[in-house]
Amino acid sequence: MAVLIDKNTRVMTQGFTGAQGTFHASQGIAYGSTYVGGTTPGKGGTMHPELNLPVFDTVAECVAKTQANASVIYVPAPFAADAILEAIDAELPLIICITEGIPVLDMVRVKRALSGSKSILVGPNCPGVITPDACKIGIMPGHIHKRGSVGVVSRSGTLTYEAVAQTTAAGLGQSTCVGIGGDPVKGMDFIDVLELFLKDDETKSIVMIGEIGGQSEINAAEYLRRENFAPGKPNKPVVGFIAGATAPPGRRMGHAGAVISGGKDTAAAKMEAMAAAGIHVADSPAALGSTMVRALKG
Amino acid sequence: MNIHEYQAKELLRRYGVAVLDGHVAWTPEEAAKAAESLPGPVYVVKSQIHAGGRGAGHFAEDPTGKGGVRVVKSIADAKAAAEAMLGKTLVTKQTGEAGKLVSRVYVEDGCDIKRELYLGLLVDRDTSRVTIMASTEGGMEIEEVAEHHPEKILKVAVDPASGISGFHSRKLAFGLGLTGKQVASFTKFVTALYGAFLELDCMIVEINPLVVTGAGDIVALDAKVSFDDSALYRHKDLEALRDDSEMDPKELDAVKNDLNYVALDGEIGCMVNGAGLAMATMDIIKLYGSSPANFLDVGGTANAARVTEAFRIITSDANVKAILVNIFGGIAKCDMIAEGIVVASKSLSLKVPLVVRLEGTNVELGKKILAESGLAIIPADNLADAAQKVVAAVKGA
Repeated sequence: MAVLIDKNTRVMTQGFTGAQGTFHASQGIAYGSTYVGGTTPGKGGTMHPELNLPVFDTVAECVAKTQANASVIYVPAPFAADAILEAIDAELPLIICITEGIPVLDMVRVKRALSGSKSILVGPNCPGVITPDACKIGIMPGHIHKRGSVGVVSRSGTLTYEAVAQTTAAGLGQSTCVGIGGDPVKGMDFIDVLELFLKDDETKSIVMIGEIGGQSEINAAEYLRRENFAPGKPNKPVVGFIAGATAPPGRRMGHAGAVISGGKDTAAAKMEAMAAAGIHVADSPAALGSTMVRALKG
Repeated sequence: MNIHEYQAKELLRRYGVAVLDGHVAWTPEEAAKAAESLPGPVYVVKSQIHAGGRGAGHFAEDPTGKGGVRVVKSIADAKAAAEAMLGKTLVTKQTGEAGKLVSRVYVEDGCDIKRELYLGLLVDRDTSRVTIMASTEGGMEIEEVAEHHPEKILKVAVDPASGISGFHSRKLAFGLGLTGKQVASFTKFVTALYGAFLELDCMIVEINPLVVTGAGDIVALDAKVSFDDSALYRHKDLEALRDDSEMDPKELDAVKNDLNYVALDGEIGCMVNGAGLAMATMDIIKLYGSSPANFLDVGGTANAARVTEAFRIITSDANVKAILVNIFGGIAKCDMIAEGIVVASKSLSLKVPLVVRLEGTNVELGKKILAESGLAIIPADNLADAAQKVVAAVKGA
């Protein structure tokens, strides 16, 4: 079954006629996903010059005319929060925001607007979501994926690719890969995605990749201990990795989320909590695949 | 982006936050003049650096002398205190051994301190809201209070839809044991500070200590403001407050070239795409027995010019004995990176061993460009292979 997206997903793009929107929509189409159109305010009523798909002024109109049920956002950071809010207003079930560098207070407002809405947000500042051989939404290189049994959830874009390449090489493949993004205020968090993976029949095991900063990996470990590694629960093997063991405290490593600020948000504390919960913690980012193979052997 | 205390206070004053009168001074003469213009008879002379622990710190030139914050009782003493600080290196718990050069001081009016409290605002990722924290343990490092006495930190999260309301402040005020006029004064202070936080797109604002005066007023004795870099585009005026001298020169260079770079003290220079993979690359270098010289996320739009700038910054660090390039192309295309590496290696006449691991978008094309370049590049097949090879190159050198 996979989670979030599949063959029936009808994808629209916000920021459709821009360079990023155009390139990644064309890649998604080439991968075999169903892209149905998109928005660029002011260019409504035209056809996308390269993709031959309709362009609309508003998300609501695009949804009404194309029956899109997922939107991917490539709108530049200063306008990205507005784009998410418009997608929430249009009641899109799934919104995936790729844009990096959205002001954090904009995301605080967006997060508030999500509560009680009909939408799920993935991102921002993320690579997107892919269900191999079915639907690719985002900037990940499609060819490294292989349809299979591992659910991948990660805060880091390129480390997701690492997990994918290694589980593909191990012959396992992926059910769905979800990049939740590295920002401090975001849509889906680890627990939200893990909940979907635990319920999904096709997902037999899980790789979760975290980073220094924040408590969400520790909360996720606690969640898995309770909802996965307990008698009568799914008991799906989980492999974990935390990037940033060598990062100095107080220094922001690339994006706003990755900074050690308190005592419990270090890589060591997170890995300890994960191991204590029953997660197989990989000591090296190069050992994600081999750790999973070991975990599956029990 | 961080700013100095005097800049923070000037900004906060504009939003109605209660701060003491004071003036910045670059020379002892200016410090004397600043003191003259204040009511007195007590003045405080404060070293301006981007680091905490100033009062308890010491000057490298005078290890047994007084700290970076001094209370004085005459204009002549204010001048003398400024003289003892300006041009000197202040070492505090937060600056590290090297300390920081004091180029300006803030001369502030004295204050009748009855109680010292802590007040902080931040974007809390657990609640996805702005959280206001307060504690009776003013003057202490809040991280330490959080670790040893978490019950002494009071928190309220503000719903962005309804904004700040009187009850938020009252909840904190009564929790802090404030009474009478102090409660109203505190509410006014917190409301103004919250307004400034939103207007200025702050990440963190800390008032430590927040002071209750003998007259029952609530005043900021110190102020630390940190802005959201992603929102600076809508605050062009704040750019002027950036103090380049507070940054590592290599990091400043990187900021100007729009690269995410953090200087570290190891020997292997790293160029990676993506923050997570960049951290993981540092981790695996350590795992194989060496140490990273830097964190560098070259980003998704890497081209020859960016790679050249990245290499130039990495190699400007004399400790770098080898470079590891680790690219897993998604948006970034391996052929573009490869072209960049070839151009950069030639134009900088690179002298240290270079290990390159390419994977992802257009990887075959990228590998071909490197192989045909005639450069002595050590290719690697995967992350572990790359780490092994670069550590071996350093150990062999």
